[in-house]
Parts: sequence; structure tokens; C-alpha cells
Amino acid sequence: MAFAYQFLSPNVLYEPSPVVNMGKAEAYGLDSVTLNVDARIFVVHTTEGFFALNAVCTHLGCLTAWKPELGIIACPCHGSKFTREGAKTDGPAPRPLPWLKMWLSEDGDLMVDRASEISSKQFVRV
Amino acid sequence: MAKTLSGYVADLQASRVWRSVFRGGTGTSTLRRSLAIQQNVFLHLFYTKVRTRIIGFGATWYLGTLTLGTFGILVVTGILLMLYYHPSAPQAYADTKDLQFVVSSGLFLRNLHRWSAHAMVFLVFAHMFRVFYRGAYRPPREFNWVIGVVLLLITLLLSYTGYLLPWDQLAFWAITVGSNIASAVPVFGEKIRFLMLGGHFVNANALLRFYVLHCMILPLTALFFIAIHFWRIRKDGGLYARHSDPEIVATSTSVRQTL
Repeated sequence: MAFAYQFLSPNVLYEPSPVVNMGKAEAYGLDSVTLNVDARIFVVHTTEGFFALNAVCTHLGCLTAWKPELGIIACPCHGSKFTREGAKTDGPAPRPLPWLKMWLSEDGDLMVDRASEISSKQFVRV
Repeated sequence: MAKTLSGYVADLQASRVWRSVFRGGTGTSTLRRSLAIQQNVFLHLFYTKVRTRIIGFGATWYLGTLTLGTFGILVVTGILLMLYYHPSAPQAYADTKDLQFVVSSGLFLRNLHRWSAHAMVFLVFAHMFRVFYRGAYRPPREFNWVIGVVLLLITLLLSYTGYLLPWDQLAFWAITVGSNIASAVPVFGEKIRFLMLGGHFVNANALLRFYVLHCMILPLTALFFIAIHFWRIRKDGGLYARHSDPEIVATSTSVRQTL
């Protein structure tokens, strides 16, 4: 049993790094919500500052999308809806979209650690 | 005087080679006929005596046999598809498209595999409904019903694992959703998902794991249970006959009471 479990668990994963560079802050206009499909995160720029949201739906893992005409984040699979701050407003999602740890690199790039969820709303001001 | 065709057949059946392959051969006595069934590796799964009414179409609609037939088609077409398919992330989708547009008869084989898979799921359900509403699951056949449920699960798992292999958007999101359902298992959910995918999301490891499950582990498991399923039909007294079924003499409890 233990052997089978250990054998089936890969010791090295060739998965992308959880830390991603989202580029310069100037690229994101005020009051914008930008989905990065490869990184699967939203970069949101509000008057209070920048923050990053995990774009993977907390229901069953589909990639959500920003609907500018409705001003909401929506999941195409089972119809969950979220505000741009990640709070769930509708649908089967059990949890809000988590906020991710974001900081400015020494070069002034927005950095996001996709593996670190933060519980309190912390804005990055540039 | 020319020999008739049946004369040639009789000569062939009397030849040393035929006798060597088929051993006893058929005959007129009940014993000889029984031996012809029992001593053949393919036929010995079946019962030696059968009510003629029960092998007609109306008794079973041949749903179990048809299910086995689709399984046979799936094995043959699946092996042929394996000759052109690489279960690796950069190539799987391209190979699928090649099978459709480049390989001779590839489109036919792929569609045959796909439609047979759909038909098999349908036939398994139809077979189970038929068995259920006829009451053929009752003693002494209740264990064979359980094996049937296991075979249903294997059929569904085969469909699910095969779903990922084209490596397109449909496959990717279906397995993403499906593996997240698995992670809803209490306590061990995340671990199960990790072992299933061989990583934290659907990637090359997941593709390879699903390929091995789909092409080796699940078909062999299915074959194992199919063999038991067929053998149990014989051991449980043949196919279920509604009116002329003899009284049940030896359910597990009554045997225990007699002992």
C-alpha cells in the first residue's frame, strides 16, 4: 500500500512556477479587470490600488471570465457569478475567488504568487 | 460419384487434425454433446444444456451479447488507434487530427470507436433494466448482479478516461471538472485528485495516467469480470426463464441450513 502510494506520487513536478511576473503597473488602466489566461489570474486595478484574484472557479475548476458589460466575473461551466473583488453573488461556487499575494519587484513589475492566498484585502499601491 | 459437401465435412471431422484440435467432437449422446461444450476453452464458459425458448431474441433481446460485441469492437478499433496515437502533451491533439484527416480509414476507426463506446454505455444500461424488470437479479443470481454493477462502473470509467485522450478543450475541461469532483471526497479528496492526475492540474502526467488506465488497466479488469460474469451465468443455472424456472433449491442460506 505504502509502496503503491509513494510510487504514484511524483517526486518532481515539471509544473510552472507559482510565482508569475505580470509586468508593469502602467499596463493596467484604472478600473480595469484583466484576465491572464496562461497564469489563470485576474489583475484588478481600482482606485484603492492593485490586487490579484485567482481566476479558477472554486466550484469545479473552470476558468472564469470578466464580463465588462455586466461588471461581473462569470464562470462558463455552471453559471457562478462573482464581483470583481471575488465575492460570490450567484451559482454553485462554495467559496469566493481567493485573493493572491501580490507585490512589486525591484524592477517595478507586479509579481503574484499563485500558491499564496491572502485572507485580508491588501491592495498594492504603485 | 462425387461426394456431397456434408460428406467432406464428415471426413474432415473424422480426420486426425480435427480430432486433435476439438478433442471429443460432437455426437448423438447427451454425454458426447456435453463434452463438446465442456472441453472447448471458449464454449466451456457456457452451459451445456439450454431451453430453446431462452436463446430466442424475445427472451433477452440479446442485450448482454450485444454489449460484449461492442466491447469487442472497442478492443479491436482501440488497438488500431494506438498505432497512430502518442499519449504525450505536444502530440496527442495532432495525432487525433491526423487520425481524422491523414490516416487511411482513420476517421472510420475513430468514429467506430466513439460510437461503439456510446452504444456500449447505452446497452449496459438497457441490459441492466431488462435484468431488473424481469427480476433476473434474484437468488441465486444476486452475486452476478453485483458483478454487473462493477462492470457498469468499469464501463463508465473507460468512457471517462477515454474522454481525455483527444487532448482538446472539451477533454481538458471535462477532466478538470471530473477530477475536482473526485477531490470532494472527505479528508482524502485532494490526495486522490493528486494521485489521479499525477500533479496539481490536468497536464502531461494526467494524460499518460489516463492513457494507461484506458488502454491497459481498465480493459484487463473488465475482461476479468466479464469472464466471471459469463461463468456465473452457467453456475447460477443459465439464463433466467420466467415461467419454467425450477424452484430454487440451493440459495446460500438454505445450503447453510441443510448443513
